[in-house]
Amino acid sequence: MAAFGSFALLIALALAAYNLLAGAVALRLIATGQQAAISPERLADTARRAGIAGFFAVTAAAIALVWSVFANDFSLTYIMEHSNRALPAAYKFSALWSGQEGSLLLWAWLLGTYGFVLRLTHKTDVKLYAYAGVILAAIQLFFLAVLCFAAPPFALYQGATPADGNGLNPLLQYPEMVIHPPMLYLGYVGFSVPFAFALGALMMRYPGEKWIRITRVWTLVTWLFLSCGIILGMHWAYAVLGWGGYWGWDPVEIASLMPWLTATAFLHSVMMQEKKGMMKSWNVWLIFTTFLLTMLGTLLTRAGLVSSVHAFAQSSIGTWFVAFMGVVLAVCIFTYILQRDHLKSEQQLESLVSRESSFLFNNLVLLAACFVILWGALFPILSEYVVGNKVTVGAPFYNNVAVPIGLFLLFLTGVGPLLPWRATSLKAIKRNFVLPVIALWVTVAVCLVVGVRPWKDGALDEGNLYALVAFAISAAVLTAIGSEFLRGTLVIAKQSGRNLVWAKYMLIRRNTRRYGGYIVHIAIVIMFMGFAGAAFNRNVETEMALNDKMSIGPYTLECVGPTEDSNANYDSWFARLDVYEGGVKRFQMTPERRVYLANGQPQTMVAIHSVPGWDLYVVYEGENPDNGHPIIKAYLNPLVSWIWAGFALLFLGTLIALVPSLKPMAQKGGQP
Amino acid sequence: MKNYQAVPEVDPSGAKARIELSGYLRGLKPPPPSVLLKSAQALALAVAVCFSVGAAGPSNRYSDLNHRLMCTCGCAEILGECNHVGCSNSTEELALLRAGIAAGKSDKEILDSFVAKYGAVVLAAPSKEGFDLVAWIAPFAVFAAALLGTILLVRRWSVGKKQNEDLVADPATDAMKEKIRRETE
Repeated sequence: MAAFGSFALLIALALAAYNLLAGAVALRLIATGQQAAISPERLADTARRAGIAGFFAVTAAAIALVWSVFANDFSLTYIMEHSNRALPAAYKFSALWSGQEGSLLLWAWLLGTYGFVLRLTHKTDVKLYAYAGVILAAIQLFFLAVLCFAAPPFALYQGATPADGNGLNPLLQYPEMVIHPPMLYLGYVGFSVPFAFALGALMMRYPGEKWIRITRVWTLVTWLFLSCGIILGMHWAYAVLGWGGYWGWDPVEIASLMPWLTATAFLHSVMMQEKKGMMKSWNVWLIFTTFLLTMLGTLLTRAGLVSSVHAFAQSSIGTWFVAFMGVVLAVCIFTYILQRDHLKSEQQLESLVSRESSFLFNNLVLLAACFVILWGALFPILSEYVVGNKVTVGAPFYNNVAVPIGLFLLFLTGVGPLLPWRATSLKAIKRNFVLPVIALWVTVAVCLVVGVRPWKDGALDEGNLYALVAFAISAAVLTAIGSEFLRGTLVIAKQSGRNLVWAKYMLIRRNTRRYGGYIVHIAIVIMFMGFAGAAFNRNVETEMALNDKMSIGPYTLECVGPTEDSNANYDSWFARLDVYEGGVKRFQMTPERRVYLANGQPQTMVAIHSVPGWDLYVVYEGENPDNGHPIIKAYLNPLVSWIWAGFALLFLGTLIALVPSLKPMAQKGGQP
Repeated sequence: MKNYQAVPEVDPSGAKARIELSGYLRGLKPPPPSVLLKSAQALALAVAVCFSVGAAGPSNRYSDLNHRLMCTCGCAEILGECNHVGCSNSTEELALLRAGIAAGKSDKEILDSFVAKYGAVVLAAPSKEGFDLVAWIAPFAVFAAALLGTILLVRRWSVGKKQNEDLVADPATDAMKEKIRRETE
C-alpha cells in the first residue's frame, strides 16, 4: 500500500504540473491570439481534465494512508507514530491529520476536491474558470511537491517493523477532533478558490463585477467552514484541555482567526464593489492577504517558529512555505502592478454618514484586529532579532489590546445596519438611533445598580469595565437590529394583511443576503455576551475523600466514590460526584483523567453541566500522592453556552444568506 | 498511576478556597412550567450570577501573579492554568511565587526574580519598558493611524464626489455609466 500511495502522489504531481503548464500556455495563446499546432481551447481542456484526474490520484493516496492506518501497517513511519492497534476505529480516521505529513495530504486532497468541483462547473464562465483552474493547479503543485519530497506520508520505518504503534495523541482522542480539523482545513483550503478567481480575474482583466458574484458562494461557504472549525476548536479546548477556558490566544488559534478576520472584511467590502464599483484594489488585496494568511498560519505553527499548546505536527517544512509565500506574493504584486489600471474605482461617497462609510470603518477595525494578532504572534521573533531577547506574548497582552478593538467592532455591528446606502438625514439618524441609545444607557444604569462597576477598591477593574461595555453595546445592537426587523415586518404585514410571522418570513426571503447578514450580526452579539461572561468566572479546588463536599455557586458537590477503570486503550481514574442544588440531588458528574497505554500520556476528560446561565465545569486534577484522594477543581463559568448558541445562529444566518432571494415575480404572487 | 503526581494549584493561605454565591441563589425554587418563564428565569439567573459574584479575574495577589507568568515546561500555558499532571516546572514556579509573597516582596521584585531565573519568556506578556514597550504601543499607533487615514479617505471621497457633481452635473452621464456597468456584468 505504501508503494501504491507514493505512486499515486507522484502521478498527482505530474498531473498538477501538466495542468499548470498546459493551462498557462493555452491561456497565453488565447490572450495573444497566436497560432499553434494545437487549438488553445483544446489544450486548455486537456489541462482541465488533468486537474480532474489529479483529484482522483490524490484521493487514491489519501485512501491508501487511511487503509494503512486501519491495516495497522507499522512499516510506515507515519502510521507507527500516530496510531496503534487498540485505537478505536473513529480515531483511526483522525490519524490522517494528526501528523505533519497526513495534514498536508488532507490539505492536498481538499484542494483537489475544491478543484474537482470547480473544473466540473467550468461552463459557468469557461475562460475565468480556466484561469482559476490553472492557479489552483499551481497551489496543488506546491503541496504535492512538499508531500513527495519534504514530508512523505508513505516513508518506510527504518529498522524492524514494530509490533505496535505509538498511538494517537490523547488530545485528539475526543469526538470533536474527528470533525474539527477537517472543518478548519476546509476553511483554510477553501480560500484558495476565491484567491484563484481574484487573481485569475485580474490577470485576464475580467470586465465588470460578475466574478465577485460567481465567487460569493465559494467565499461564504469557506468562511462558514472556517467559522465552524474555529468554534469546534474552542469547544474542544474547553472540554479537553481542562483549564476552564475556551480561548487561550494560542498560536494555532490566532493562526485560524487572522484569515477569518480578513475574509470577514472582504465579505463586507465586496458589497461596496458590487453596489458602487468602489474598493476594487482593496478587495483584491483582501483576498490575496487572506490566502497568504492561511499559509502564514501554517508556517507559524508547523515550522516551529512559535510554540503552541496544540501544534500537533511540527517539522522543518518552513523553508518550503516561506519560498511558496514569497512566490505567491511576487506574483500578486506583479499582476497587480501590471493590471492596476483595470481596478480603477469610482471612489465617491455621498455622505460621511452612510453604509459605505460604515463598511470602511468595519474593514479598518477587522484589519486592525488582524494586525494586533499578527503583531502579537511575530513580536517574540522581532524581539529576539532586535534585542536578542525572546519574550512571550500571551493572553494578558491580547486581553488588553484586542478586547477594546473587539468592542469597537461590536459597536459597528449595530451601527452599520442602521445607516442607509448613499446618504442619510439627521432626522433619520435620530429616528434610527434613539431606541438603541436608550437601551445602551438603561443597560449601563442597571449594571451599575446591581454591582457591575468598572472600579473596585478605588482602582480600575478592567474585567468589569469590559463586561459592562460589552453588555451595554450588546443591548444597543440587539435593539438596533431588532427594530430593523420589526420595521420591515410591520411594513410587509401592513401591505399584505397577513400575520407578523408570515411577514417576517417574507421579509427574510425577499432579501436573504441582508437579513441573513443581520442574523449573523445578532449571533456575533450573543457570542460577545458569552465572552463577557468570562469576567465573572469562579473556581474552587479541593481534595475530596469519600463523602467530602465542596460548594460553588448554587451547587454542592459530594464525592460518592473515587473509581478506577481500564480498557485496551487507556487506564482511567474518575470521581463520581453527586450534585445538589437547593438541598436536592439534581444529577451526577464524573470528571475523569486517563493515561493512554500506548504512549503513557495523560488526558483530562472534563465533566460539564451546562444551563443557559452558566456551566458547572469539573476537572479531575489528579490524586494526592500521600493519601490517594482525588483533587477536584470546579469552575462556575457564566454564559458560556451563549457562545455555542450564538454560533448555531451564525450558522443559520449564513445558510439563509446563501439562499437566493425571492425574485420580483414570485413576490407579486406572494409565494415563498 | 503512581508515575503521575498531581500538581494542584496551591492556595497561599493554606485554606481550601470555597467561593459561594449569595444565599438567595441557592434557595431558588424549581422554575415554573412555562417555557417563556423558564427562559426569562434562566436569563435573570445568569445576570444575577454575573452581578452577584462581582469582581473580575483572580481575586488575590497570588492568583493575579500566577496569571501574569507562564509555565516553563513548554506547554505554553499560563502558570496559574497549567494542569499537567506531574509537571515539575509549575510546581517549582508556584513554590517560588509563594515564597516571594511570603517574603513580602513587591510584584515587580517577584516578577524580576522570575525573569532572572527563567528569562523574559516566563512573563505572560511583554514588560512595559525598553524595546518591549513597542509591543504595546504599535497596535494602538497603527489603529490610530488607520483610523485617521480612513477618516481622511472618506472625506476625500466625499469632497471628490461633490466636486465632480459641480463640474459634471449631467444626469445622462450617470445613467450611461450605470447602463455600461449593467451590460458588462
